Amino acid sequence: MSLKIENLTANIGDRQILKGLNLEIPKGQVHAIMGKNGSGKSTLAKVMAGHPDYEVTGGSVTLDGLDLFSMGEPDERSRAGLFVAFQYPMEIPGVTIANFIRAALQARLPEGEELDAVEYYEELYKKMDALKIDRKFTSRAVNEGFSGGEKKRCEILQMAMLNPVYAVLDETDSGLDIDALKIVSDGVNAMRSPERGFLVITHYQRLLDYIVPDVVHVMVDGRIVMSGDKTLAHKLEAEGYDWVEKETLATA
Amino acid sequence: MSTLMEKPAAARSAWPAWFQAEQRAALAEYEALPAPARKDESWRFANIKALDLSAFAEATPVASETRLIQASAGLAETSAKLVLGNNALLLREAPALPKGVIFETLEAAASNHADLFKKYFMAQPVELGSRKFAALHKARTSGGAFLYIPANTSVTLPIEIFQWVEGANASVFPHTLIICGENSSATVVDYFKSADRLPALACGVNDLHLARGARLTYIAVQDWSHETTAFHLNSTIVERDATCTALIANFGGGFVRGENLSRLVGEGARSEMFSINPVEGTREIDQRTLQDHVAPHATSDLLYLNALDGKSRTIFAGLIKVEPGAKGTDAYQKVKNLILSDDADPNSMPGLEILNDEVRCSHGATNGPVSAEELFYMAARGIPKDKARRLVVNGFFNSLLARLENAPLRTHLESLVAARLSIA
Repeated sequence: MSLKIENLTANIGDRQILKGLNLEIPKGQVHAIMGKNGSGKSTLAKVMAGHPDYEVTGGSVTLDGLDLFSMGEPDERSRAGLFVAFQYPMEIPGVTIANFIRAALQARLPEGEELDAVEYYEELYKKMDALKIDRKFTSRAVNEGFSGGEKKRCEILQMAMLNPVYAVLDETDSGLDIDALKIVSDGVNAMRSPERGFLVITHYQRLLDYIVPDVVHVMVDGRIVMSGDKTLAHKLEAEGYDWVEKETLATA
Repeated sequence: MSTLMEKPAAARSAWPAWFQAEQRAALAEYEALPAPARKDESWRFANIKALDLSAFAEATPVASETRLIQASAGLAETSAKLVLGNNALLLREAPALPKGVIFETLEAAASNHADLFKKYFMAQPVELGSRKFAALHKARTSGGAFLYIPANTSVTLPIEIFQWVEGANASVFPHTLIICGENSSATVVDYFKSADRLPALACGVNDLHLARGARLTYIAVQDWSHETTAFHLNSTIVERDATCTALIANFGGGFVRGENLSRLVGEGARSEMFSINPVEGTREIDQRTLQDHVAPHATSDLLYLNALDGKSRTIFAGLIKVEPGAKGTDAYQKVKNLILSDDADPNSMPGLEILNDEVRCSHGATNGPVSAEELFYMAARGIPKDKARRLVVNGFFNSLLARLENAPLRTHLESLVAARLSIA
C-alpha cells in the first residue's frame, strides 16, 4: 500500500517542468522532498491535486493502486483520500471556514445522508483548539485577510478534518515563525499513523527537525536525483545543492 | 393594542368612497397611458413582450388559508406580523408593539387614519418608467400593509409582513406604507410569496417615509414563483439625519421590474440601497434606481449584486442625481455581476447627473466569472464543481448581508439565501 509516482512528466504551457519523476511513499511513512526554487516541487503538488494549468504528458500516480489521473476531476481525487496543503492557499470571499469544511465533509457522505451538525462543530472546535486557531475563525471567510501563518494553520485544520490517506504538504513552513512552525508540526505529527502517508515538500531543513522524515529525496530539474535518510537534509542545509548536481551529472 | 389576533369577519373590507373615486380615476389613467415601447429610454434592454398582462385576472379569495398562515414563518422573534393572501387580510398578530404604533391593513388605515394615508400614500411622482403600472396598482390595490411609528418610539423586534398570491393567473397588488416618526426606529421584513408554481401577476408599491432622525431597516424578500410577472415600485424619502437601509432580495419572479427611488431631503440623511439577485433559466430582473440628493451633506450608498446563470438577464440602470443645493453629497453606486454562464446577459447602465461641484460621487459596474482558482481550491477539498459554484454565489451575497447590523436578521437572511441556493 503506497502512494506511487512513476515516470511522471508534466508541462505548463509548452514548458516541461516534471521530467520523469519516480517516488514511492509506503503507507505509514513520512517522506520529504527538498530542492531549490524552480526544481518543480510545487508543480508536483499541483499536478497531483489536478490544477487545470498543468498538463500531465506521461507517467502515473496511484493511491494504493488507484490511478489518480483516471479519476478526472480534482474533487474526486480529494474524496479518494488525497490531500494537498498548498503553498499559497486561495481566498474565498464570503464562504466561512465552517461552511467550507462542512461542504467538503458532506461531499464524502453518500447521497441523502446529512452531516450531524453538533458532532461536526465539536470535532471542528477540538481541532481548532489543538492548532491554537481562535474559534471565531469559524465564521471568517476562508483565508480572506489571514496572515501567512493563519493560512497554513487553516490548511492543517482542513487536513485534520478531512482525514486523508495521503497528504502532500507544499512549503507548509514558509511564512511561519518558530511558534507557528511547532504548532503546525505538532498537528502533522499527531496525524502520523500506519494508515497514512505524508509527502512534505520544503525548501529548508528546519521543518524536518519538527516533522522528522523517514526518507529525504532531492529534486533537481523535475526529477528525484537522490534519496537518503534525515541526515541528507542536514547535509543539504550545510553544503547547499551544488554537490548534488555535480554528483548526479557525474553519474548521468 | 393588546389584541393578540384579529381576523376580519369578511374576507375583504371596502375602501372609503373618496378612495374608490381615486381608484376609478387611476384605472382610467392606466387605460389611457401608452404601453412602454422598446425605444423608451427607461425600458431600454427590457423584454417588452413580458408586459402583456392580458392573461391575468382578478384574484379570488385564497383556498389554502390555514396552510399559508402556517407557512408565514420568518424570524424567531418578532413584534408583530401581518399576513395577506390574494389582497385580503388572513392574520394580524401584534404581541409586542409599543404604544402608539399603528400596524394594520392599508385599507383599514384609509378610513382610520385618512390624514396620514392621504399625506403619504403614493405621494412621490413615478419617475423611473412605470407610470402606467403605478396607475394599475392604485386602481386595483386592496389589503395592503400600513405601519406608523410615532416619534421617539423604538420597535426593537422586527415586524414581518407576508403577502401571498395563489391560483393560476391571479393578480395581486401588494402595498406597504411605512411612516417613521422623528427619532423612531424599526426593522421590517416584507415577504412576497407564491402559494404554488403557477403564473401570476404582482404589481406592488412600497412607500417608506423617514422623518428627522428616524432609522428604518426594510428588507423585501421577493420570492414569487418563477412563473410570476412582477412590478415593484419603491419610493423612500429620508429627512434630516435619518437613516434608511433597504435590501431587496429577488429570489423569484420570471420577469421582475423593480424601480427604486430614494430621495434625500434633509441634511445628514443617509440611504443604503442594497439588492441581491440570484438569476437563472430565462428569468429577467430589470432594476432602475434613482438616488436623488436634494439636501446638502447627505449620503447614499447603492450596492446591487447579480449572479447570473443559464440564459438569465439582468438590467441595471441607476442614476445618482445631485441637485444644485446638495453640496457635500456623498453618493456611491455599484453593481456587480457574477457571471456563471456564457449565455447570461447582464446589462449595466450606471449614471451620474451632478449639478453641484462640492460632492463625492462614484459609480461603476463590474462583470466577472467565478474564479477558476477558487473553484480549484474547493475541488481540491472534495467539493464538487456545482456545489462549489453555489458556495461562491452564496459567499458573494453574504458579503453584502455582512453589512446588516442586526445579527439575528442577518443570520435569518443568510439561511434564506443558503436555502435559495440549495446549500444544506
